[in-house]
This record gives sequence, structure tokens and C-alpha cells, in this order.
Amino acid sequence: MLQVDAIMPFGNTHNQLKMNYSAEQEYPDLTKHNNHMAKVLTPEMYANLRDKQTPSGFTLDDVIQTGVDNPGHPFIMTVGCVAGDEETYDVFKDLLDPVIEDRHGGYKPSDKHKTDLNPDNLKGGDDLDPNYVLSSRVRTGRSIRGFCLPPHCSRGERRGIESLSVEALGALGGDLKGKYYALKDMTDDEQQQLIDDHFLFDKPVSPLLLASGMARDWPDARGIWHNNNKTFLVWVNEEDHLRVISMQKGGNMKEVFNRFCTGLTKIEELFKAKGHEFMWNEHLGYVLTCPSNLGTGLRGGVHVKLPNVSKHEKFGEILKRLRLQKRGTGGVDTAAVGGVFDISNADRLGFSEVELVQMVVDGVKLLVEMEKRLEAGQSIDGLMPEQK
Amino acid sequence: MAGSFAKVMSGRTTGLLMASLGASAVATGYLLSDTVAADEKRKLYPPSADFPDLRKHNNCMASALTPAIYAKLRDKLTPNNWSLDQCIQTGVDNPGHPFIKTVGMVAGDEESYEVFAEIFDPVIKDRHNGYDPKIMKHPTDLDASKITSGMFDENYVLSSRVRTGRSIRGLSLPPACSRAERREVERVVVQALAGLKEDLAGRYYSLTEMTEQEQQRLIDDHFLFDKPVSPLLTCAFMARDWPDARGIWHNNEKTFLIWINEEDHTRVISMEKGGNMKRVFERFCRGLKQVETLIQERGWEFMWNEHLGYVLTCPSNLGTGLRAGVHVRLPKLSKDPRFSKILDNLRLQKRGTGGVDTAAVGDTFDISNLDRLGKSEVELVQLVVDGVNYLIECEKKLEKGQDIKIPAPIQQFKK
Repeated sequence: MLQVDAIMPFGNTHNQLKMNYSAEQEYPDLTKHNNHMAKVLTPEMYANLRDKQTPSGFTLDDVIQTGVDNPGHPFIMTVGCVAGDEETYDVFKDLLDPVIEDRHGGYKPSDKHKTDLNPDNLKGGDDLDPNYVLSSRVRTGRSIRGFCLPPHCSRGERRGIESLSVEALGALGGDLKGKYYALKDMTDDEQQQLIDDHFLFDKPVSPLLLASGMARDWPDARGIWHNNNKTFLVWVNEEDHLRVISMQKGGNMKEVFNRFCTGLTKIEELFKAKGHEFMWNEHLGYVLTCPSNLGTGLRGGVHVKLPNVSKHEKFGEILKRLRLQKRGTGGVDTAAVGGVFDISNADRLGFSEVELVQMVVDGVKLLVEMEKRLEAGQSIDGLMPEQK
Repeated sequence: MAGSFAKVMSGRTTGLLMASLGASAVATGYLLSDTVAADEKRKLYPPSADFPDLRKHNNCMASALTPAIYAKLRDKLTPNNWSLDQCIQTGVDNPGHPFIKTVGMVAGDEESYEVFAEIFDPVIKDRHNGYDPKIMKHPTDLDASKITSGMFDENYVLSSRVRTGRSIRGLSLPPACSRAERREVERVVVQALAGLKEDLAGRYYSLTEMTEQEQQRLIDDHFLFDKPVSPLLTCAFMARDWPDARGIWHNNEKTFLIWINEEDHTRVISMEKGGNMKRVFERFCRGLKQVETLIQERGWEFMWNEHLGYVLTCPSNLGTGLRAGVHVRLPKLSKDPRFSKILDNLRLQKRGTGGVDTAAVGDTFDISNLDRLGKSEVELVQLVVDGVNYLIECEKKLEKGQDIKIPAPIQQFKK
């Protein structure tokens, strides 16, 4: 009986045997698909990439499985591929570079991404009208270099990520001091509190995530950390190693962003002190599981009352020019309730954190201005912005 | 801790270097770069670091998997490069239900049952009433002529059905197969089925090419299967690439039906309205044998061995993979408090008429055999025939106001 030692505790180590079949025989049927991967992956590209693996054993088929299993939506263009480790973006760059270019507004393989987490560089942002802006939030993700990403990591690695993160977060002090709640050890009371605070994340149900292998072993090594003030929150091992969220009621985006930058910088220092760094490079910025979150991985946004502006025929065009995006107040894929929208930056890569939050601050200020004008029965034609 | 992390980082750098050298270097240098990263990984994460947390679990895998077994098997691979973690993923992701004990693991190929025997054997024993694959032999018997009293009273039995599965030797099973392998399964089976004649002659409907009308008709006939939604199956990687290379074949008379690449390579179903179980089983055996002959003519065969019988994806379907059942009306008996015990002793199982995990509608139940392994096809079908006849006798007695008896329990299997 031929026995070969495993490459990884977990992994699609099946690749060598697929080479017994031709590329044509293995090529997925993407005729009904509408996602970035399907647009880019030609049979020739598949043939060229299919014998490759990253050092941890992540293969082309691993990258694209979610895009094969989820043909997409005629109107919504999903990404259709994920990374299993940092090296995925290099080993499979023939596929991922064009996907990134398409998804991130023409970002080229030679482009450099600027990281700027200095909150002093943000102008204004402390004066968004709280009569309209109900809450402000900034989130991003971070990956710990040397570990495989959620689609590919073994249980041992995931637990390693959790214990490193919990250790680092445990050292935070001042207004960042807080507590970790492991999903599998949570009491019923703790769970209810976290739900009431809108902090709790659940096992993914989206087939986009499930098909990529991210929900394996749930809820092992998953958890939520938040500071005692409930303004700084970290998700461990959900869609990324870490998701970092700063939020508070009202319109003081500057304070939210201050805390965001301070917290992130401190966390990074704490990791470095233990010999770890975040996945980052000067081309892709912060490296995360989904190509859509590269660069800053940043979504900065507000919940804002825009009952009049949202009904204006130019609402979509205004958002587009401001480089903003609207969602319902339940987050991605939800509808707006009662004229309250989630307005956030549309971009992630090619702009710095400060630049993106600046766009949100300036854009939301303008939208509130427009809302007030429309309330007063005035026209907003004179306020139409230029394309940013 | 920091020391060993530093080692991993250097291992990764080497790996990165290797990966960046280009396709041919990766292909030939594959083992080299792998050894460095793989060795580091293995040292950094001993099996104990990866052992799943099964404390809240209730499935056969969780009952049987010890840290010692895991440590021994974690780094092994089948010849198709299938690993233990991949076998058990579904059982880790689905802790189970306090009342329903699921199996909690699947095979990726025929060799899984051998390479990972140390975990599969106790799971098989648990699921199949103590059957020990190491020492016991499973009887295969597809001679339908042996069935006696196989015609039910059609005042009670509305329909009769027998199903099983078959796997094509040499191709990986649904959890593990690549797209090309899955397409190969489809090609091999569809080609064989095209050779069926007379009352078995029929047609294939591929899921990817089906027209709207064909789809509606198959739904109306209750033939169409859908992309699995049960997390038991999706966590076992069986729904990948859906609906590529999946399809349904049925004969023109709509009494012989084959599912391709759903939970197994093939599921074979013989069915008809009414109570002629003997004829249903006769067609079942004849169809299976003909399909087997047709694939053998082209150099293929079914996965089978004398210990496990027919090899299928889920250990619960080993042996015969056979579920023979009826839809039967039992208005009085089903309300009798002894109903469950009678079924138990007869080695029968009740389900709703929607199949597994459904509730009974009205007084009509799906009654079928519980066992799969350790008894032959003929034995199991005879058991269903005798058992259902007994249930009908009870129903008739209760109708007349007479009392019924709980039958003696049937012996599990010859040891």
C-alpha cells in the first residue's frame, strides 16, 4: 500500500493526481458564471497554473472553488476566489493580478499602495451632525504572517492564531482594556449581551464563505474581544485572522478613527514584541483572505438618515462620484430601514486609510447638507460633486 | 515558542523562493520545498495541536476517535492523497443531535477504509450492530427468485421501492473527486446505461443541460434530486462544482432510476406503485447485474470486497447499501404504543413519506430495513417483506378488534 506523508494536516493535497487528467478535462464549467474569477480564468491560464502550489499546499482549485460553486448574480459581481496563505497572491498572480485590477478600479501589478494610519492627517470628521449621523464605524482586517488563512489553516494553526491574538489583546490598557469571549466557552448570558450589543458574529451561512472552507471546525478557536467601553472590537478567526472594528454612536468619526489607528498600532507592536508581524507588502498593502479587502481592508462608514436624498434621482450618481457605497443597516446584502443608510467608502486598495476615511467624512458631510436642503424644499443641483 | 516560530519563518522563506522559481521548478522542486515547510509544520503542530474538540459531539466518529488514533493517522494519506482530516471534517463540523447519532465521517476513496481502518472499523462496528470488518465476511446475494410472499396487500401498501449505491473502482468518491474524475464517472455510467434494453431502456438527463420542461417533469415524477443543503453533506465537500457532471437516468417506464454523482457515484432505484416488492427487487437485481456487465466490458468494475461488501461514501451504506421499503397505511397500528417496539424487533425503520428526516403524513409511513451490512440483499428484502406482512396482519387484527403480539427480535447476523 503506497503511503505518502501528508503535506499539511489539512489541505487539498490532491493536486498531483489531477495531473493525470488533462487541463481540459479538469477545467471548470464557467459558462453560467458571473464573478471576477470566471471572467479572467481562461482554459490556457488554468493549464498554466494547475500544477502549482503554495509552500503550504494551497492549489489553484482551492483558490477558485468558491467561485466555481457560486456562479454569482447577474447584477452583483462577486470576487470568486480566495487566498489560503500570503504566498497565494504571488504563486497565482497570473489569475489574481487581473482579478485585483478589475475589482480595484484598474490597480496594476506595478502600482504601490500607501499605508497611512496617522489619525492626525484626517481633517475634520468631528463635526458630523448627530441629528442625522446616528453612528460611526471603521473596520479592517489583519493577517498574521506565517500562518495560513481561514480557508486553509489547520485547527492547530487556528488555535495558534487565537492564543497569540488573545495574548496581544490582553496587554492593551487604558480605554482599550477589555476581555475575550471564546465562541465555544461563552455562557448564555455573555452570548445574549454580545447579541444585544450587536457584537456577536455567527457561523457564516453565505455559500460564498462556506464553499471556501472558512467555516471548518466551527466554533473552534473563534471568538470576540472588546474593550470595556464597547468602542473597540476584534473578531478572531471569522473570515480573516482578525477583524478590527472601532465604533460609537453619533458622528464623531475623528474619534472613531483615532481609536482605530491607535488600537491597531498598539496591537501591531504587541505582536512584533512576540516575533510576529502582519502580512503586508508595498504592492498589496495588508494581505487578507478575500482579494476585495486588500490594501487597507478598510470600510469606514456611518448610519445616516437620508430619507430625502435617497429618493433623489441622482442619489446613485452622487455616491459614485463621492466614491461611496450604500448598504442597509444590517450590513452587506441588507436593505435600508426607515430612510437610514449605511454609507461607506467603496474603495479598499490604492488609497490610504486616511484618504478613504477623509472621503467618507467629506462625502457624508455633503450628503447631510443635501438632505437639509431637500428638507427645506431647496434644490441640490448646486451641490453636485465632481468625480473623485 | 519564539524559537520554533523563527524556524517556521525561515522554512517559509525557502518555500517562497522555490515557488517563485517558476512552474517547472515547482513541479520538480515540489518535494524539496515541501519537505522544508512540511517538516517545520509537523514539528510545530504535533497531532495534539490539531486534535478536534469533540466534547459537545454525538456521532460515531466522535465516539471512536481518540487522541492516540488521531496521532497515528493524521499524517497518512491514501494513494489519492486523501487525509484523515478530510474524512472527519463533516463530523467535526456537525456535532450531531442528542437523539440522532450520525456517522460523522466519509471515505474519499476505496482505500480510505483501509488506510484509516483504525477509525473506520470502530465506526462501522458502532453503526452496524457490532459488525467487525477485520474478521467478518459480508454476503452478497442478488438472486431475486429467492424472495417468497413478495406481493403485499394493496389495500395497505401504496408503493414499493428498493435502492442502493454503486461506486466505480479506481475513481475517487464524491468528497474527494476532482472535476475530471467526476466527469469520468458520469461518462462511464451513462455509456453503460445506454446499453440497457427492453423494459430497462431509458434516457439520461444531465443537470447542467436539462431544459425547463424536463426539469419540471422530473420534479413531478419525484425523480429530481437537488444540490444538497444538509450540512452533513456540504461539509463533506460533496457539493463542489455543482451541478457539473451530475444527472439522472431513468427507463422509459419510470420504474428504474439512477442518480449520478450525488452522494455516491451512483444511486440505483427500482420502484413502482402498488405492492409487488418481488417484481421491484427482480428488476433491481437484473438492472444492477446488467449495468455491471456493461461496465466490465469496458474494463471497469464496482468497488467491492468480501469484508465491506459494496464500498460507498458513507460507512452507513456499506455492505448492501440497500434500503428496501414501502409506503404503507397503518392508521390503527401507528397509534398503538407497541408500534415502535414491533418495528425494532423486526429490524425495520419508519420515516415520513418525504424520505429521511421527514414526518409521516396522515397514517402513511415509509417502512424500510434498518440494517445494511452483515446481511445479504435477499435477506434484507425478505426481512422487509416478512416484516411488512406482519405489520399488515397487525393492522387487520386491530381493525377487527383483536389483539396483536410483539414479535420476537430478529437475530442481527450470523457471526
